[in-house]
Amino acid sequence: MNKIYDIIIIGGGPGGLSAAKSAAENGAKHILVLERDREVGGILQQCVHNGFGLHHFKEELTGPGYAQKCYDLVKDMDEVEISVDTMVLNIENKSDDKKIVTCVSPRNGLQKIEGRTVILTMGCRERTRGAIRIPGYRPAGVYTAGAAQRMVNMEGYLPGHKIVILGSGDIGLIMARRMSLEGCKVEAVLEICPFSNGLTRNIVQCLNDYDIPLYLSHTIVGIKGRDRVEGITVSNVDDSMRPIAGTEFDIECDTVLLSVGLIPENELSRELGVAIHPRTNGPVVDQHRETSIDGVFAAGNVVHVHDLVDFVSDEAEIAGKFAAIKATGNAKKATLDINVNAGDGINTCVPQHIRLTSGEDESVRLFMRAKSPQRKVTLHIKDGDGEVMKKPLAIVKPSEMIAVDIPAAKVKNIKSDITVSIEGAK
Amino acid sequence: MDKVQTKILNCIMCPMGCELTATMEDGVVTSVKGNSCPRGEKYAKDELTNPMRMLTSTVRIEGAALHLLPVVSKSTLPKGKILECAEALREIKAKAPVKVGDVIAPNILGLGVDIVASRDMAAV
Ligand code: SF4
Repeated sequence: MNKIYDIIIIGGGPGGLSAAKSAAENGAKHILVLERDREVGGILQQCVHNGFGLHHFKEELTGPGYAQKCYDLVKDMDEVEISVDTMVLNIENKSDDKKIVTCVSPRNGLQKIEGRTVILTMGCRERTRGAIRIPGYRPAGVYTAGAAQRMVNMEGYLPGHKIVILGSGDIGLIMARRMSLEGCKVEAVLEICPFSNGLTRNIVQCLNDYDIPLYLSHTIVGIKGRDRVEGITVSNVDDSMRPIAGTEFDIECDTVLLSVGLIPENELSRELGVAIHPRTNGPVVDQHRETSIDGVFAAGNVVHVHDLVDFVSDEAEIAGKFAAIKATGNAKKATLDINVNAGDGINTCVPQHIRLTSGEDESVRLFMRAKSPQRKVTLHIKDGDGEVMKKPLAIVKPSEMIAVDIPAAKVKNIKSDITVSIEGAK
Repeated sequence: MDKVQTKILNCIMCPMGCELTATMEDGVVTSVKGNSCPRGEKYAKDELTNPMRMLTSTVRIEGAALHLLPVVSKSTLPKGKILECAEALREIKAKAPVKVGDVIAPNILGLGVDIVASRDMAAV
């Protein structure tokens, strides 16, 4: 063990690559990105559809195109080293500025690498059938939407021909269109909630364009077939998402795709001992994306699941910048630590706290998810003394993350914990 | 007599998904409201008269580490031709190395739009 890195980045998806770029631009000299796949880019490599990059790169890109751009920005930087085919096994916090990352790769075998700081950008993974428990046999033909996406877009074979998709999250909707383009018949998309969990544009261009019916407040109550899926039984659900007896009907299909949500991938973070937030399932972070452990930062889907990769990059750039400042010994000591609480109508809010320094001069961006869809609401940010700021929002949906900036002038004046809430029109 | 219609639609040009209210008189869009940027107005006009879509798909590739190359249409195609274009792409085989933006299927189905690679893919 010889070289000491300023920053070791765990995961070479858009988060890791964006963090590396920003870290180099902010003074870090030795940055190492560890990626377990054979190439960087993460999940974007299988998201061949477009719609990425409008915010962050000001142009519309496909997933692989976005990954390519992130990679092109760092590949010639002397400060950034990328190691693919490298699986991180463990991260140890030796002291505030000494972290040991244990990893394994075919090229270097088992290695222990030292860094002053670490940035966690492992992303998220899909919930699986086990996590939601569908009764029935375990026939072939049941896949997560992401696994099917990998098959169709990277490996080159189809999971089946008559498809039903459970869950109207974006991956499910995108896959409905993708399977249709490949000549499959998508019989239905089922959503247990009374509203869709995907972006509106995806309902329009992935379902409506292909005349695929979306059944809201419906779920699968049984899967038929012993060796291969032959069909499913669907039922209407009540307000508490319980199937309503007598509403069942059958749909014939050979494949069921599950798009039932994503969860941040935090095994490494948990072992390392960073505090995990019960609602986001990701590390608790401050506005610089520093976790509960000094010198350990986290950004992107590992912190909270984003719907736009653009925001992943934005967030990773924040983490990269402040990890660089920390690693080069230029971090200012915080004088006040303020909690950010999710109040009425808000499910999650990141960052969960703000660490202020004397002479604070940075604005703070809050990322929030609403509990339920609503129109014409006002977002309030209040501290113990009253309103810090408010913002009218035409529409909020749980599927679309809300991003609001608290301007530096207002951040400076915050004296106590703040609560973010949504209030409907009076 | 003029027939005035109001149509509500969601702009799909970016993930913001603005809800647009378009007014149509005699099949001509006369006003669009609710868009946060000019692309929304153009979308509403196109969508109500001549809907267009981007196409993203994959084609087989030889000589690369992966079997498939992701591709994208250089600009939008008529919505009604999308499935036919996707079908045509299933017959095409690219050859590594490929650079992002390389034309993989020129002038698809004679519609005047090229299909290009959406990433680099090295030869192995
Ligand atoms: S109107 Fe502009 S901002 Fe709104 S969805 Fe369309 S492209 Fe996006």
